[in-house]
Amino acid sequence: MISFENVAYSYGGGELLSEISLRLAPGSFHFLTGPSGAGKSTFLKLCYAELLPTSGHVTIFDREVRSLSRDEVAQTRRRVGVVHQNCQFLDHLPLAANVTLPLTVAAREVRNDDLGDLLTWVGLRHLADALPPSLSGGERQRAALARAVIMDPEVILADEPTGNLDWEMSLRLLTLLVELNRMGKTIVIATHDLNLIRQAKAQVAARVLRIRNRRIQLAGADL
Amino acid sequence: MMKQLLSRLLQGDRQADRVVPPSGHTAWLTSFTAGAMTFLAVFALALSLAAGRMADRWSEALARTATVRISAPPEQLDLQTRVVLDVLSTTPGVESARALTDEEQRKLLEPWFGPDLPVEALPIPRLIELTEASDGYDAEGLRQRLAAEAPGAVLDDHTRWRRPLVSAAGRLRLLGLMSILLIGGTMAAMITLAANAALAANAQVIEVLRLVGARDSYIARAFVRRFTLRALGGALAGALAGMIGVALLPSAEAAGGFLTGLGFTGAGWLLPLLLPVIAAAVAYAATRRAANVKLRELT
Repeated sequence: MISFENVAYSYGGGELLSEISLRLAPGSFHFLTGPSGAGKSTFLKLCYAELLPTSGHVTIFDREVRSLSRDEVAQTRRRVGVVHQNCQFLDHLPLAANVTLPLTVAAREVRNDDLGDLLTWVGLRHLADALPPSLSGGERQRAALARAVIMDPEVILADEPTGNLDWEMSLRLLTLLVELNRMGKTIVIATHDLNLIRQAKAQVAARVLRIRNRRIQLAGADL
Repeated sequence: MMKQLLSRLLQGDRQADRVVPPSGHTAWLTSFTAGAMTFLAVFALALSLAAGRMADRWSEALARTATVRISAPPEQLDLQTRVVLDVLSTTPGVESARALTDEEQRKLLEPWFGPDLPVEALPIPRLIELTEASDGYDAEGLRQRLAAEAPGAVLDDHTRWRRPLVSAAGRLRLLGLMSILLIGGTMAAMITLAANAALAANAQVIEVLRLVGARDSYIARAFVRRFTLRALGGALAGALAGMIGVALLPSAEAAGGFLTGLGFTGAGWLLPLLLPVIAAAVAYAATRRAANVKLRELT
């Protein structure tokens, strides 16, 4: 689905990631952990072609990212849902229009029933007409998740999705991501919240990757 | 393809239009710039057309007339006049020729010497006005014949002062056209700046759209359509204001002189209406280019 082959990424003269080789199998659940600035966000951006590797090869859905045209990158992003810690919205549009934005830009039909079900699933149906600036942190994260899954993507990448949330809300979001994984989605969550990882491992077979010294390694029982 | 483009521009995509936040200072800046520039362009167009008409008029009117001036002692003047008229009547390419009367000569001199000039008592050269036929006459041959048969007669075919006048009018026309080009270029620059400002102000919108899989063409279209329609609206208002301004200029009968021609005639009134279309095309091209450059700066 997404694979890295001896990938390195440099920024500002320094190497941020080095010798990364791994494969995200379909339906897998990965946590990516490491200290702040270790390169977790960079790794995720390489996964959806927001960044291009300095060396090595990143393959997304059997296509090497460097061979993708700009339109093909856009097409690829429709198959990858992304949730950021500070998720951004179009503040002048109501929540429902923001959630359906991926369908809008792809010129696909918005089915009101499906949208209603999705908003109910993330617990935001009553806020369909609310503008993003009026939403709380937890509501914004769940709205971002709804937006990320509305195109039925094969992969969901979450970058510190619980960074601004309390524990109860973090668990609620984690539950949604676990449910998505059970539906067959590949999930990658970048986080440094070890409690969240422990909680997730009780519910799903998750692999934990750790970035240390610019390289990614499988984390052991020390978590 | 052009039809498709126009249809897409006019009908638009309601959803795509909504993704860019409305208004902002760039909205009125674009409309105002397009309006002001089109207003100026209407006058430049009027100037250019007037200069063109003037050049044609001068060129045609002066090219078809010439003057023979006879300077001779008073006792020979009538004789030489008759000889010159005989020569002219037998010259191929001369349609007609006639000697100006004393009254006509007095009127010619009136601006300098007043109405009471005793023309008949003064040694003023006799003037013969000739009109050439459409195939023209041999000026050099006529000069030689006049020199042989009426030594006091000199042919003046107006070339000396007609050329600079026609050339000046031609340059004025060129100046008008260059003004239109400069106005178009300035408008393109201003709209590019406004579009860049709008794109920069909407960086978050662009980031979100790219994140959810919007193509560059989709994002660009949302901006381009908005700017094109704003420019079209502003330019329409500017063109109408300019046309009203031109229509209010003094009429030919009232003022006389160069200003009389500064306006549009007949179907020429339709020409200013092309300016908003050109302004919209300029805005379309400028915004599209600005959007594409900006989007390509992003990964």
